[in-house]
Amino acid sequence: MEITPEVVKRVAANARLKLKEEEVKKFAQEMKDILANFAKLSEVNTDGVEPSFHPIPVKNVVREDKPGKCLDREEALSLTPHRKDKYFRGPKVL
Amino acid sequence: MIKKFVADAKAGKIDLVEHAQKALEEAEKINEEYHYLTAYADVIERAKELQEQVKNGTAKGRLFGVLISVKDSICVKNVETTASSAILKGYKPLYNATVIKKCLDEGAIILGKTVIDEFGFGGFSTNVGIGYQKPLNPLDKKRATGGSSGGAAGLTRKATFPHIAFGESTGGSIVNPASFCGVVGLCPTYGRVSRYGLIDYGNSLDKIGTMGQTVDDAALLLEIISGKDEKDSTSADVPVPSLDTPGAVSGIRIGIVKEAFGEGIDNNVRKKVLDAVYQLEKKGARKIEISLPISMNYGVPTYFTLAPAEASTNLAKYCGMRYGANEPLTGTYNEYFSRVRNNNFGEEAKRRLLLGTFARLAGYRDAFYNKAAKVRTKIIHEYKHAFEQVDVLITPTVAITAPTFEEIKKLTPLQNFMIDLLTVSPNLAGLPHITIPCGEANGMPVGMMIIGPHFAEQKIIQVAKAYDVHQ
Repeated sequence: MEITPEVVKRVAANARLKLKEEEVKKFAQEMKDILANFAKLSEVNTDGVEPSFHPIPVKNVVREDKPGKCLDREEALSLTPHRKDKYFRGPKVL
Repeated sequence: MIKKFVADAKAGKIDLVEHAQKALEEAEKINEEYHYLTAYADVIERAKELQEQVKNGTAKGRLFGVLISVKDSICVKNVETTASSAILKGYKPLYNATVIKKCLDEGAIILGKTVIDEFGFGGFSTNVGIGYQKPLNPLDKKRATGGSSGGAAGLTRKATFPHIAFGESTGGSIVNPASFCGVVGLCPTYGRVSRYGLIDYGNSLDKIGTMGQTVDDAALLLEIISGKDEKDSTSADVPVPSLDTPGAVSGIRIGIVKEAFGEGIDNNVRKKVLDAVYQLEKKGARKIEISLPISMNYGVPTYFTLAPAEASTNLAKYCGMRYGANEPLTGTYNEYFSRVRNNNFGEEAKRRLLLGTFARLAGYRDAFYNKAAKVRTKIIHEYKHAFEQVDVLITPTVAITAPTFEEIKKLTPLQNFMIDLLTVSPNLAGLPHITIPCGEANGMPVGMMIIGPHFAEQKIIQVAKAYDVHQ
């Protein structure tokens, strides 16, 4: 499998990381080594095996549909300078 | 030590304010030299509150007056909590994690936050975030504490005041540093302890656990924080037995994991752990050899596929908007988020976000993420089968003793991952495990790891306590 700088850039864009050129180069080489090693997972026969997403059985849990106390708006907004009136302020969408 | 202190504190035999002041000064002095703490709670204010309770006759709780340090990935109200990452710089949670609430209800004093590999991404605590100092091993400052709960382990070893630490393990982050620093580290079954208020690394793997100078101390705190919590839907509705249990090993079948004593394990480490097992045999345990070929050979690639994949989604929320690091709002959404994230995540965090995102990408997902999730099933079954034959499993905790920073610098990322060789598989299977010091090799502490079936915390504690550290 070829991990080129282009693949790393595509992955980084997906991960919302604006990597510098030298980072792209470095991570491309490292990921190549790491993934070449991880490819040995294909040696394990997993025919008919279900994947596990938890180590113990986990089931859906629902609580009673009743309003409870939640975080105060002013408090929630207190952790950032990026706010306007009752809202968080974000960067431009377009 | 803790029990007697708590009884004395409640009886008014200890001036808690004076005690807390002294402990704080000691912690600050240790911190200057070894870099274990990233933030302090209001220790004196809390001590005054407890002292008042003594005066009023309302003093209560199993941790009354005991100082508790908290791994920096667990939220403490109004105390800076960053998972030792620059991207959360300045974040002071508006609420307490469930484990913090539980120990405050038992009269504890929160000391502060202990440094970690950023978000838990490491086995040496050398991957602390931008602007953080890496912790130094309490027995040799040229060496690492282990990770990722490195600050917790170092402080537990160094503190002379009664103290218990919160750690957290995703792939071995409690027992690894505990082993390198020569203290007890106790990681519960997945789901035994509520994760509410824990900063996620890998949500199907993360477990809050404890560290202490003795098994009793670590067990006491674990018993207090265990149990179902409506705020964490994955917390298990399973009764919590008393963990204040005497050592007992007579008739216990101990599985010696063959592969964990073979190639790649330091000879001196192997010998120390086998000596410790022999001591347990003399006390009536029966030794049985067990082979875990899939867990031992494929645990590392399975873990380092699944854990970063989960991390890459869990860390998507850090974007410099609502809390933590922020910058002037220039550029579009994606430009702003990508810039803030790249400026504030450290190198290992970026590496794992890339790996995890890659493993989930269309086209690669089947070969990596889905495949690893299936191998995880086989690992879980392999342990299940082993526990049909034995009561507990024993391995060295880490294959080597604490390396120097110089040695660590020379490791490739893949070699870094290999430090977790013996701990990732019990973590993938969600099994409770404990490390206890069992002597020294190469002048540094060696840890013996005892692993039990799901929810058998009591059993591993019994075996750990049967081992006599002083023999």
